[in-house]
Amino acid sequence: MGIIDYFRNEKPGSASVARDRLKLIVAHERKSRNQPDYLPQMQRELVEVIRKYVSVDVDQVQVDLQDGDVSVLELTVTLPE
Amino acid sequence: MAKIVVVTSGKGGVGKTTSSAAIGTGLAMKGFKTVLIDFDVGLRNLDLIMGCERRVVYDFINVINGEANLKQALIKDKRFDNLYILPASQTRDKDALTQEGVQKVLDELKQDFDYILCDSPAGIEQGAQMALYYADEAIVVTNPEIASVRDSDRILGVLQSKSLKAEQGESVKEHLLLTRYNPERVENGDMLTVEDVEEILAVPLLGVIPESESVLNASNRGIPVVMDEDSTAGMAYMDAIERFLGEKVEYRFLEAEKKGFFKRVFGG
Ligand SMILES: Nc1ncnc2c1ncn2[C@@H]1O[C@H](COP(=O)(O)OP(=O)(O)O)[C@@H](O)[C@H]1O
Ligand SMILES: [Mg+2]
Repeated sequence: MGIIDYFRNEKPGSASVARDRLKLIVAHERKSRNQPDYLPQMQRELVEVIRKYVSVDVDQVQVDLQDGDVSVLELTVTLPE
Repeated sequence: MAKIVVVTSGKGGVGKTTSSAAIGTGLAMKGFKTVLIDFDVGLRNLDLIMGCERRVVYDFINVINGEANLKQALIKDKRFDNLYILPASQTRDKDALTQEGVQKVLDELKQDFDYILCDSPAGIEQGAQMALYYADEAIVVTNPEIASVRDSDRILGVLQSKSLKAEQGESVKEHLLLTRYNPERVENGDMLTVEDVEEILAVPLLGVIPESESVLNASNRGIPVVMDEDSTAGMAYMDAIERFLGEKVEYRFLEAEKKGFFKRVFGG
């Protein structure tokens, strides 16, 4: 960032950052409210297992339980490049 | 039969007590027989905001324990004769508030009042759960600030799972009350907008109370801010009360005051 940019002060206010972070965390927490109690522990253990083979961060492993006609346990792992 | 309304938020210091006092007083001003109950055991403050702190003799827990009857514990407001306050206990521990005890007191109050307003303590644990358990409606007080919005969502989760209504397969009617709103900061992009908070929480909006110096002045004097008809906060509370009663009221005070040249140069 050049000195001109620095003083131009065109960056959007911090409120939009707050809004985007809130949308994500609230959606996440709402989903996990309806999940069974064992899910967080299961997620931690799954992360441990996956880490034996590839190095991933906690937020790269997502465990979701979807309720419908049949319940589906979905495991999403974002692998590093 | 009375309607039980809890004023709750999850986070502390967002304006629950200020709003309870304002809305309870406003409902009384509109002619409804109203009682305000302070559920904040150990941190009694509603009495101060209502200006009746020196008239407290018995409290909520005295009534639950049978050490006093309701008539002895209820404080009648000096300004509106259809307004009463039931103070929280200052000394006892939180466990003194039992579910059966609360139910007994609410059942008795229901016979006599139009509105029972429960001023909740902060948090989402036992004390807050006790305050919201029997509620028909909930006013969720939120500040346009990241932690407050998240905690409001958490208390919404509690309302939707741990209230009596939820246990019976019904739901508590939810209202969003956004307080300490600062239009200047919103316009500068530093503060969440009304629309942002409404969208994130997905709860119908009841009112927007601007940040206002008159709130501190009112609490200093023990006069609920809704009685200050010249203050923006007082007017915004009255608007919210009218909406609560089913009227359609335009929103005010959402935009920053246009400052004139002198105000801009010399401040104001
Ligand atoms: N609209 C407002 N403008 C300015 N100050 C406010 C406003 N609403 C509340 N406050 C202040 O915020 C503080 C916390 O309010 P209070 O009602 O005690 O919150 P809570 O009961 O949620 O802990 C108090 O000092 C009060 O005067
Ligand atoms: Mg309070």
